[in-house]
Amino acid sequence: MKDMLVQVEPLIPALRRYARALVRNRANADDLVQDCLERAVSRWHQRRDGSVRAWLFTILHNLATDQFRQASSRGRHVPIEEAGEGEFRGAAAQEHRLMYQDVLDKLAKLPGEQRAVLLLVAVEDLSYAEAAKVLNVPIGTVMSRLSRARERLQQELDGVAGAPGNVVTMRRLT
Amino acid sequence: MNNRPITEDDLHAYVDDVLEPERRAEVGSYLADHPDVAKRVAGFADQRELLRASLAPIADEPLPPELNLSRIVEGRRRRSPPAWWAIAAMLLLSVGGFGGWVMRGSLEAPSGGLAALAQEAAYSYNVYAPDRIRPVEVRASDTTQLVQWISSRLNRPVKVPDLADSGYRLMGGRLVATQHGPAAMFMYDDDHGSRVVVLTRPMSSADQNAPMTAQSNSGATGFAWADDGIGYSLVGPAPTNSLKAIANEVRRQARAI
Repeated sequence: MKDMLVQVEPLIPALRRYARALVRNRANADDLVQDCLERAVSRWHQRRDGSVRAWLFTILHNLATDQFRQASSRGRHVPIEEAGEGEFRGAAAQEHRLMYQDVLDKLAKLPGEQRAVLLLVAVEDLSYAEAAKVLNVPIGTVMSRLSRARERLQQELDGVAGAPGNVVTMRRLT
Repeated sequence: MNNRPITEDDLHAYVDDVLEPERRAEVGSYLADHPDVAKRVAGFADQRELLRASLAPIADEPLPPELNLSRIVEGRRRRSPPAWWAIAAMLLLSVGGFGGWVMRGSLEAPSGGLAALAQEAAYSYNVYAPDRIRPVEVRASDTTQLVQWISSRLNRPVKVPDLADSGYRLMGGRLVATQHGPAAMFMYDDDHGSRVVVLTRPMSSADQNAPMTAQSNSGATGFAWADDGIGYSLVGPAPTNSLKAIANEVRRQARAI
């Protein structure tokens, strides 16, 4: 148990960050993380060798996916909160806040599977192999989703959404 | 210069800074020659930084008390008995005819409790100890695997008692079905054909802690006790006195975990 505390505790802030970026509501995200930690505690002895980080993100991701599925089948609306409200003061900070808000809004427009890959790789620093494990897809799928996610987010940020064509996409070797 | 073509995957690995230095340099010089691709890659790198900066404050927030891990561990410990009932119920649903047949006697036994545990140990002893072909499912040579398997099924670390000092050598073990969920059975041999069995499982609700008592069931004799919600029963043909000494040894080792 002590081993579990030492390995899991430092990862909780990152789990919160991922959950919040996925569901964009503090209470819901923290509920997911709490569920994830409960499961991690009860299944600690069943986990295989390998990255504890990838294992925890897998549990969390599956819980989030289940919740999405339930929410969409019930047509439930989850209120979206603004990012880090109350932590930005002053004009410059206000400008940052708007910019951050903007990128998160645009991230939210991505299909869920692309958003997940981008967050796991670009924000949570999981390796491509770890992301493949978390999402239970081949690594080639991770790469193609990552590519599409970045392309799409870039179009959103450049304000040219829906107008592709001048993009130089390279051939992927898998 | 290397001729390996630069792929889309290389560009992303470049953005995420996971390329080997050599390959990174190759991609770098490719980008220097291809400003259009370089612009696209720079855009990806910018959005990466933007995303990280936008989400960074969340990880710096103080943790709410319900995400305190020690608290979650504590809460689970307090709630654990009902969880065991759930597992026992699932197991009852999943074991088929043979399990049901084996358990027909124990259904009449006092529910939970030390007496039920001792009876389960006696059943296992009577069924498996005389078996000359496959008395255990996982042999002592695969103890690591055995411990992993048993621990995961019992949902807690299980240590195999070492009875070498009592003259008994571990043969191996198996998971057995009981009315109260999965139990671990370990079998030992004294090299003269005399076998003893240790059965251990979480106690359902009755007798979470119970002193060691002598038990006699279905022609097998032994001892049973429970410490902190885990029950143990030792069964064997040996004279009661020497069984008692072995039981004491098992208990001493279990408490030392």
